[in-house]
Amino acid sequence: MSETTKQKVHIRFTLNGEPSEVAFAPHKTLLEVLREDLNLTGTKHGCELGECGTCAVLVDGRAILSCLMLGLDAAERDVKSIEGMADGAQLHPLQETFADTGAAQCGYCSPGFLLVAEELLKKNPSPTRQVIKEALSGNICRCTGYIKIYEAVELAAARMRGEEMELPRESVYGYE
Amino acid sequence: MSNNRKNEEPLRVVGKPFRKVDARAKCMGQTKFADDIVLPRMIYAKILRSHHPHALIKRIDASKALATPGVFAVITGQDLPNSYGILPVSQDEHALCIDKVRFIGDPVAAVVASDEDTAFDAMNLIEVEYENLPSISTIDEALLIEEPRIHEYGDGGNIHKKVSLEFGDVEEGFAEADLVREDTFFYEGNTHLPLEQHAAIAYFDTDNKLTIWSSTQTPHYVHRALAKVLELPASHVRVIATPNGGGFGGKSDPFNHEIIVCKLSMITGRPVKCTLTREEVFYCHRGRHPVLMQVKTGVKKDGSITGMHFKSFLDGGAYGSYGVASTFYTGALQTVTYDVPRYKFQGVRVFTNKPPCGPKRGHGTPQPRYAVEVQLDKIAEQLALDPAQIRRQHLVKPYSVTANYLRIGSMGLGKCIDKVVEGSDWKSKFSGWNKENRKLPFGKGIGIACSSYICGAGLPIYWNSMPQSGVQLRLDRQGGVCVMCGSIDIGQGSDSILAYIVAEVLGIDPFDIRIVTADTDLTPVDLGSYSSRVTLMTGNAAIQAAERARELLVMAVSEKLGVPIENISLAERRVFDVENPDVGVSFAEAVVLAESKFGTIGTVGSYSPPPSPGKFKGAGVGPSPAYSYTAAVAEVDVDPSTGIVVVERIWIAHDIGQSINPMLVMGQVEGSVYMGLGEILMEEMAYRGNRNVVHKFPSMLEYKSPTTMEMCDVKTYLIEDADPNGPFGAKEVGQGPLLPVPPAVANAVYDAVGVRIDEVPIMPEKVLKALREKAKGGDGRYGPDSVPGVEWPPPMRVLTPAEGGDGREMPRVAVHS
Repeated sequence: MSETTKQKVHIRFTLNGEPSEVAFAPHKTLLEVLREDLNLTGTKHGCELGECGTCAVLVDGRAILSCLMLGLDAAERDVKSIEGMADGAQLHPLQETFADTGAAQCGYCSPGFLLVAEELLKKNPSPTRQVIKEALSGNICRCTGYIKIYEAVELAAARMRGEEMELPRESVYGYE
Repeated sequence: MSNNRKNEEPLRVVGKPFRKVDARAKCMGQTKFADDIVLPRMIYAKILRSHHPHALIKRIDASKALATPGVFAVITGQDLPNSYGILPVSQDEHALCIDKVRFIGDPVAAVVASDEDTAFDAMNLIEVEYENLPSISTIDEALLIEEPRIHEYGDGGNIHKKVSLEFGDVEEGFAEADLVREDTFFYEGNTHLPLEQHAAIAYFDTDNKLTIWSSTQTPHYVHRALAKVLELPASHVRVIATPNGGGFGGKSDPFNHEIIVCKLSMITGRPVKCTLTREEVFYCHRGRHPVLMQVKTGVKKDGSITGMHFKSFLDGGAYGSYGVASTFYTGALQTVTYDVPRYKFQGVRVFTNKPPCGPKRGHGTPQPRYAVEVQLDKIAEQLALDPAQIRRQHLVKPYSVTANYLRIGSMGLGKCIDKVVEGSDWKSKFSGWNKENRKLPFGKGIGIACSSYICGAGLPIYWNSMPQSGVQLRLDRQGGVCVMCGSIDIGQGSDSILAYIVAEVLGIDPFDIRIVTADTDLTPVDLGSYSSRVTLMTGNAAIQAAERARELLVMAVSEKLGVPIENISLAERRVFDVENPDVGVSFAEAVVLAESKFGTIGTVGSYSPPPSPGKFKGAGVGPSPAYSYTAAVAEVDVDPSTGIVVVERIWIAHDIGQSINPMLVMGQVEGSVYMGLGEILMEEMAYRGNRNVVHKFPSMLEYKSPTTMEMCDVKTYLIEDADPNGPFGAKEVGQGPLLPVPPAVANAVYDAVGVRIDEVPIMPEKVLKALREKAKGGDGRYGPDSVPGVEWPPPMRVLTPAEGGDGREMPRVAVHS
């Protein structure tokens, strides 16, 4: 690595709703900038090749893979990572339902799934199961078989629409 | 045991769908996984790996790497001469290869530098001169080619281990049978693919003590390996297992990168981190063994089994890992599902120049389960029996001992079969064996399979007579309860299980409890998160610790209130008189009373599995305190023009004994179905066919695993047949429900299009090939036709319990000569 490529660049951007600035080596991905230069380790990595969806964050409201985006390209943009999903100590409804339904088993893929689901529900407050599957198809989870994740998204969607909803009994205890 | 405790209150926590104690942090991105840990002055290690499958290391020149600015140190095999390995019988690994490399990916040298990029660039400046050796890439080659040997130990040539056991006279069983079938199967290897890549951080601190944070399922075994390899007193080594971002068995061995970061920290005095790339995770592997199998089974006309002879041939890859245990596991549990009165097992594991295989979810048992369940389907067809019925009618008996001396406890498989048969509407979908009048249209099919699995291995990995699990409880006078246990949460919820169980016994809320786990300085030993042992073993240890604490609280409160001990109960954060519930004190006050009376309140609990009835050599693999049971029905859609199999739905019923938390049980069942689905439809560790033994797909894009678009619908039924050895009757769920999924899908494919795919995974090209062959009048089968000849050692013979055996090996002379 030559000395010139090690020289840091500096950007300003909005991070989790707050004006931020950070300096980093110019070749770094947004994933690396978030984790290594801003110590926001909630964004995870599973491949660093754009294959697993684990590192998804929202940039200007759209889910992107932070391992495929240069940190430099985040300049003047609005970036939201998992650390910015809750409103203070108040969890986002998706975070509540992911926690309540066991949609987060090992929890490693959860930040990526949560942010992709947040974007989905913003665009479509009443997604069908099929729409949820398609929206989450770029994220791999090895623990859950995705089912508890679908249920968590459906539950959060209902609650965000102001409906009272609990998981059906068979999702919690199995079929009779 | 708590199930029988006095003043029995209705269960308030156990059986309820509480949130996991760590769920909030996980959903906020606040859980600290290994790579999330950053220490001041930390530097970064990279590992140079062999790009030859089998070669002698002639020379390593690290001078250019060492001269690179920012590089702190380079180490090679000479710096870490002591060998290690998970099993005492296979201490065949070195953190860095010393004189030869055995697979592409074997570690050769390590660099530590101020940042990862510098370490990576310097790593590529290390010059290694190799002298290539012929490589061994398949089971057949390993059995045929004795020289060069990949390892200098084992059962001759490139054979790692041979096993031969016979329980009762199997030939006699075949002579009694109305039908004897012999079938061969192949189950391709696959890998765990946890989302989190392995990572470790070590710091050899100013007190000359070593701490390592690592994404490991087995901190205790890592602790032992580090002390051995680094030649440090174990008391100077602290292993902290960080929450695992998925394990599935892939983080159960002590790994070279863990040893390397420790050594580099000892050399540099700085914290050292190493995070593996996804490609490196594929080289760590320790995944499902590819297994070639031949099973010969005798049955009566009613489908009852008279004898079974099972042969397995395991491709172990380049190192021992858990392989000896894996070999035994391919033969151990055949007898635990259906009644098998006579049983013979022969297994062989070979070394090949590929990443080492080890334990993956179901360890050594999905492969034989596939063979047994698909063969049973073929038997049902030959006998014109319903495949659900043939299974239902010949189940192993609860509370019995099998021919190979495994003690069965509760056994809810009958109920499981009934549930999936009813739920799937089996009777109106399964067409029977005469496909003239199909109930489902051609291309649609339904299949069934069953399984059983251990709830923890009866014996520890290294011989000792100490407990397998320990729990320590500390109660403070403010009412706080801290549970300390060596177990590690890999996503299965083991931290939560500790909280639920202690909360149940002490009558408090699980979220009142602080859980400290997987830290060898702070927590009593638990052997680790493998073999589906954690809920049963830590659960029982937690009950014992909590009951001891409860007893102290009860004595103190009884004295204070003047109420007899037997009338005191604990619930809803109170300790009170059951006959007059208003008379009582808060839980915190009860701790104050107990601390005043007895001093500081701390209790311990431990768990050792009951001794196994088997006393023969090899009896160590298979025994378990309890067995879980599962039945599954799969419904598939097979496109005969492309061979593509779509699994539409799986009905699965699992005998969990007792759910400690049904929501988490559901999650484990669904996750197991998912992983089984991946194995049967697409996942495979494939190597390029040019004898270079290069991994074909060391990436998540090319190693196909199911996304949301491939995952099927799942209908789950939980059967609660409490086992007296389980905590509150609980049995395992993390692994068992994977087992019936692959054979249920294979049997459904046969029902759909009439071809037998006797090789996992069922790729479209295999289906197409079988369909084309069938169209030409062939048998429509895809799979291996034969198994290689092996010189088996004379079997160790053991009389079965039914024959009056005592579990010991019979003298070799004058018996069935």
